[in-house]
Amino acid sequence: MDSMISLTIDNREVEVKRGASVLEAAQSVGVYIPTLCYHPSLEPFGACRLCVVEIEKMRGFPTSCTTPVAEGMVVHTDTPQLQQLRRSILELILTEHPQTCLTCPKNLNCELQRVAQYIGLNEISLPQLYKELPVKEDNPFFYRDYNLCILCGRCVRVCQEIRGVGAVAFTYRGSQALIGTAFDLPLLQAGCQFCGACIDVCPTGALIERSRRGWQALPERSVLTTCPYCGVGCQLRLEIKKGRIIGVTPELEAVVNQGQACVKGRFGIAEPIHHPDRLTTPLVRRNGKLEEATWEEAISQVAQRFTEIKERYGPDSLGAFSSSRCTNEENYLVQKLARTCFGTNNVDNCARI
Amino acid sequence: MADPRKTELADVADIWLNLWPGSNVALLNGMMQAIIKEGLENKAFIAQRTENFDELNKADYPPEMVSKITRVPAEKIVEAALLYARAAKAMIIYGLGITHHTTGTDGVMSLGNLALLTGNIGRRSTGVMPMRGQSNVQGACDMGALPNMYLGYQPISDSEVRTKFEKAWGLSLPQKPGLTSCEMIETMQQGKIKGLYILGEDPCQTDPDTDKVRRSLESLDFLVVQELFLTETTNYADVVLPAASFAECNGTFTSGERRIQRVRKAIAPLCGKENWQTICLIAQAMGYPMSYSNPAEIMDEISSLAPIFGGVSFKRLEGNGLQWPCPTPGHPGTEIMYTEKFSRPNGLAKFNQVDHKPSAEQPDDRYPLILTTGRRREHYDSGSMTRRCQGILQVWPEEKIEISPMDAQELDIIDGEEVVVRSRRGKVKVKVRVTDKSPRGVAFMAFHYQDALTNLLTNPALDPIAKTPEYKVCAICVEKIPQEAKEVVRK
Ligand code: SF4
Ligand code: SF4
Repeated sequence: MDSMISLTIDNREVEVKRGASVLEAAQSVGVYIPTLCYHPSLEPFGACRLCVVEIEKMRGFPTSCTTPVAEGMVVHTDTPQLQQLRRSILELILTEHPQTCLTCPKNLNCELQRVAQYIGLNEISLPQLYKELPVKEDNPFFYRDYNLCILCGRCVRVCQEIRGVGAVAFTYRGSQALIGTAFDLPLLQAGCQFCGACIDVCPTGALIERSRRGWQALPERSVLTTCPYCGVGCQLRLEIKKGRIIGVTPELEAVVNQGQACVKGRFGIAEPIHHPDRLTTPLVRRNGKLEEATWEEAISQVAQRFTEIKERYGPDSLGAFSSSRCTNEENYLVQKLARTCFGTNNVDNCARI
Repeated sequence: MADPRKTELADVADIWLNLWPGSNVALLNGMMQAIIKEGLENKAFIAQRTENFDELNKADYPPEMVSKITRVPAEKIVEAALLYARAAKAMIIYGLGITHHTTGTDGVMSLGNLALLTGNIGRRSTGVMPMRGQSNVQGACDMGALPNMYLGYQPISDSEVRTKFEKAWGLSLPQKPGLTSCEMIETMQQGKIKGLYILGEDPCQTDPDTDKVRRSLESLDFLVVQELFLTETTNYADVVLPAASFAECNGTFTSGERRIQRVRKAIAPLCGKENWQTICLIAQAMGYPMSYSNPAEIMDEISSLAPIFGGVSFKRLEGNGLQWPCPTPGHPGTEIMYTEKFSRPNGLAKFNQVDHKPSAEQPDDRYPLILTTGRRREHYDSGSMTRRCQGILQVWPEEKIEISPMDAQELDIIDGEEVVVRSRRGKVKVKVRVTDKSPRGVAFMAFHYQDALTNLLTNPALDPIAKTPEYKVCAICVEKIPQEAKEVVRK
């Protein structure tokens, strides 16, 4: 097939679609190349330069994220020279990145740590710089601690490229470079929609949900499910610890949302589900007041009263409203209940509302 | 982008058609006329795949006349029409702004006409797509939670279909079509409905004309509400059953693109029971043997009874789910519908020319403004979940009626001032947001808050076919609260 290209990466034969980058080709066969500014949802940026490779018959050290594959290419991803180059880049990054991993919510789940693990570092010879920036707490959903920021620009790009919002941008240049909002406005006034996309792509702990701050933040397990809010059907991963939802991450692999969600799915799930107002026992009206009752009592009252009404006034005096917030299986059972037990077609859902 | 309000989409749109509320059909007819006049209709598609084009062709909606009804400049209507018609692929995406009218069905039919006229249907990136406001609007209808349809849109009036369900469910089934939820509410006060079971719905907050809904529910002999929280509606319940949230249940939702996807239990149900179990308990207590060991078994029953779900099972839903129709276990699901044939006996799509009709309630001297209602991105419907999220509450702490700077000036009202909003059905006290999102003469409110029940105001007039209420147009007046009255309130 002429739309496929064959090349060699670290002595392995690789076949990929024309137009893929060398980085994507390597990833497709499980060859790890360290990256920090690259993200599968975003256009290649070529800024962090960690993904440099050597390509035979090509000069210098091209960045694999921006180099398209070509027929017969021979690529090396792990040579002493490359490792040395990467080590110097990483060293530069780490002189500006506080080594406070043990108290960082991203600990053990951090792309910067992963990259450092792969490259290895003997010492940091440059003096450590600390930016001493105040942590921004200007919105109710997440913190922005730009002391941890490595200026990969992923947040800026996801906000612009994917969300079409552009709430955050590079401000200043050179050694003064920083991520921020226009005129340093609070996010709320900068047009932010609190979709959380920037948090999901940030490779460091710079952007962190309020709910995740501190070390309790690693979930025990996660469950993939469908968002309960609108009908787009975003796939979300609920992260669970001790029987509670502690975080929600949109699923990158899902065809429907490809790693995106809105503020409701991203930040609006855990709190209402675990809210103290949740009803946990049946209530029955006694002397005009709703009072707690057992399941047995409540169910038998329901069955008895519905049966009485049906016998007295006929089946069409009963009705059921099902819900477009309930599952298919629940909706199926409600209409079955209405048509079999009640004996009426008076059943509807809130689709018209 | 067509919307009476200057929404965020208006900001990014190439052309924003700022039409007057209730003039959708006129606008669409005007666009179609412009396309025909330029000879841009898809003649081959019309000849091969449609019928009744002549009727549409005869309609008379010159841009100038349409401009009078819609208040959109004629050139803009023509420009938008030609942009759509000239695109190699064009898709129509619509929401409740089309359907929440007494002419909602007409609006949807007009969209269909427009897509057929240009052959923009049955191919990738074309078609007519409703945005579904709730996670399982699609599925709730698919499952036959409708008064005239069984599962999979099999009509209850078809005796063969009914016999199939009678056999499967083991008893004879009622033949008379039922009532829609709005019709049930409508007839409660006449004593036609005496007992009602509501699962996960809050009509006292979300249905039009709240006062009437309350009186109707009050008139019931027996009301059971199953809910996550106490709501406006549980006030009228005789029994409240706790519901399990989506995170506490196994099951499936069907998205707006007909994609059936898994809902997976992440934590144990706080109330001890998944909702399907509760429904089974009620059925059993009423003497009907409804029992399953898990929701996968319910899905197996569903797929055995509806051809469009014949190939669906929990096992096959791993990954990215399945888009129905999926008739057999080996079928990959259907991404694009109507690629070769439409679902009518002769396989052809039919143009249904519809004419503009005014909304049921028009502004007058007493109620000079139009109120159009909707949702805010951060909130969800009755708000029972999103109002319990601190962050979201900080973004939208309270309801405000949005009116235009011109209207505010005429009414001598400033941003943030509290006013009384009145319609023929009720009144609501609410603060004002002065914004150019609202055109002059049109106010906007959402319905997410219990302390400003917007639906006290809305008009319960229904679309004659779909029975959808006219949430998008009712007549109101905005009254300034006199200074003395405010002081009394303060004391
Ligand atoms: S939350 Fe979303 S809108 Fe806000 S800055 Fe991040 S990506 Fe942009
Ligand atoms: S905040 Fe995170 S995503 Fe944004 S530039 Fe810094 S490190 Fe990259």
